[in-house]
Amino acid sequence: MAFNPDLIRKDFPILQQTVHGKPLVYLDNAATSQKPRVVIDRIERYYTRENSNINRGVHYLSEEATREYERTREVAQKFLNARTAEEIVFVRGTTEAFNLVAQCFGRKHIHTGDEILISAMEHHANIVPWQMLREQTGAVLKVAPITDRGELILDEWEKNITPRTKLVSITHVSNVLGTINPVKKLIQIAHDHGVPVMIDAAQSVPHMQVDVQDLNCDLLAFSGHKVFGPTGIGVLFGKEAILQDMPPYQGGGDMIASVTFEKTTYKAAPFKFEAGTPHVAGVIAMATALEYVSQLGWAAIHQQEQDLLDYTTARLQEIPGVTILGTAPEKASVISFIMNDVHAHDIGTILDSEGIAVRVGHHCAMPLMNRLGVPATARVSFAFYNTRADVDRFIAALHKVEEVFR
Amino acid sequence: MSDLSELYQQMILDHNRKPRNFGKMEGADRSAEGYNPLCGDHFHVYLKMDHDRITAVMFDGAGCAISKASASIMTDVVKGKTRDEVHALFDRVHAMLTGDHSEGPETLGKLAVFSGVSEFPTRVKCATLAWHTLKAALAQQIEAVSTE
Repeated sequence: MAFNPDLIRKDFPILQQTVHGKPLVYLDNAATSQKPRVVIDRIERYYTRENSNINRGVHYLSEEATREYERTREVAQKFLNARTAEEIVFVRGTTEAFNLVAQCFGRKHIHTGDEILISAMEHHANIVPWQMLREQTGAVLKVAPITDRGELILDEWEKNITPRTKLVSITHVSNVLGTINPVKKLIQIAHDHGVPVMIDAAQSVPHMQVDVQDLNCDLLAFSGHKVFGPTGIGVLFGKEAILQDMPPYQGGGDMIASVTFEKTTYKAAPFKFEAGTPHVAGVIAMATALEYVSQLGWAAIHQQEQDLLDYTTARLQEIPGVTILGTAPEKASVISFIMNDVHAHDIGTILDSEGIAVRVGHHCAMPLMNRLGVPATARVSFAFYNTRADVDRFIAALHKVEEVFR
Repeated sequence: MSDLSELYQQMILDHNRKPRNFGKMEGADRSAEGYNPLCGDHFHVYLKMDHDRITAVMFDGAGCAISKASASIMTDVVKGKTRDEVHALFDRVHAMLTGDHSEGPETLGKLAVFSGVSEFPTRVKCATLAWHTLKAALAQQIEAVSTE
């Protein structure tokens, strides 16, 4: 079946509304994606027919909820092509996954003087947890530089790895620049030095097939809400040996095998990382989201988004004073730009008045903003439900920005 | 859209393009730094004082049109005022920016140009950043203030 964005848009109720009297154009997908009707319905069905606590009831509802919750682990396993469902840990999102790894892997394996290698294009979620670990252990945070085009310097990548490097943690796709990093190669080089690698896949899983066995990453995280699922739920993938080796994250109910006041024993991974009653509705609806996006087909999604990326990149040239930040040849459908003498915040307000949602600011990547030498950028980011008509509205609104500030 | 032209009035655009009292003041008695981490607006306000009275005021830094024009017009209107007068004026400006038009914006002179900001809640912090920075300078606070 041919891919028809106009038909697919009907799956997304939120896209049908008007904002400030104009049809909504949603170009802030890198911040969060919209939810198809099937995901919204799945949440409603859970709360109307299945709501119960998991892993502890003998009654019908609890068994149903537990089965659906664990089924999601298998859906996520297939989505990432993990080897087993036990390699899937449910977390609140990518941010929690990094905090979990920093505390559980980091405090066990990363000591004073040991190095964690990240890059200059990381989101705060892949910076601050390591800084907190640094304060706790005296570890060293090393930052691989990037070029002005927004690419890692591949020839020098290996030099960043030293005998003290204990972990490489790097983004697959930059949330600001759109750059797709050649992570498979970076992982292989790190492995040549015996260093495990964690991948921030928050911005890649909405756009492309991510195969953890093909990449051979050791740890990887993504957020459900960026891939058309609910907020407050995400996935940490970890190779089985790494997960089993890590101590638990938070203590409490559900993560224990037995408890006495003298001694507690823990469940095996992934369950030892899931203390307390989890976000059951979110987990179950995330399965629906992952199945929804998978059945659309990655080739069709890529074709649609690549067209939007190319078309927008070309049409931005017609606006006087626009500069695109991030011009790597391999990009996802994310475009950051600045406009001469017009602050990003003013661009955002004027676009909003036209019903167009974009992100403006530092995008939770303040060190990258410093590297680029700008206080803020405006950013458009596309999903498969965006169309060239959306881009035309966006470009027309930018002409209006230019008129106001001329 | 009428709201938008209320926000970006000609006087605001003019002060954004050609900010008054813009630059680093040599020999300032007091100064303070203001920062809005949400959008990256970042200003310094410099003062010369005669006891409680502002005899000279300048600012520098970078930010959106609303924050820059607000800083520029603020420096125009607070020169010659005492600390208490500035505080009383800011209270009235803040009321206007947050949608309390009971007083009638026209009583605020050229500051009334910012009355449209109240229709844009996310931009109120832009318009108040320079004022908070000025108040920090008057209080001789040394640390950067933030509108977050």
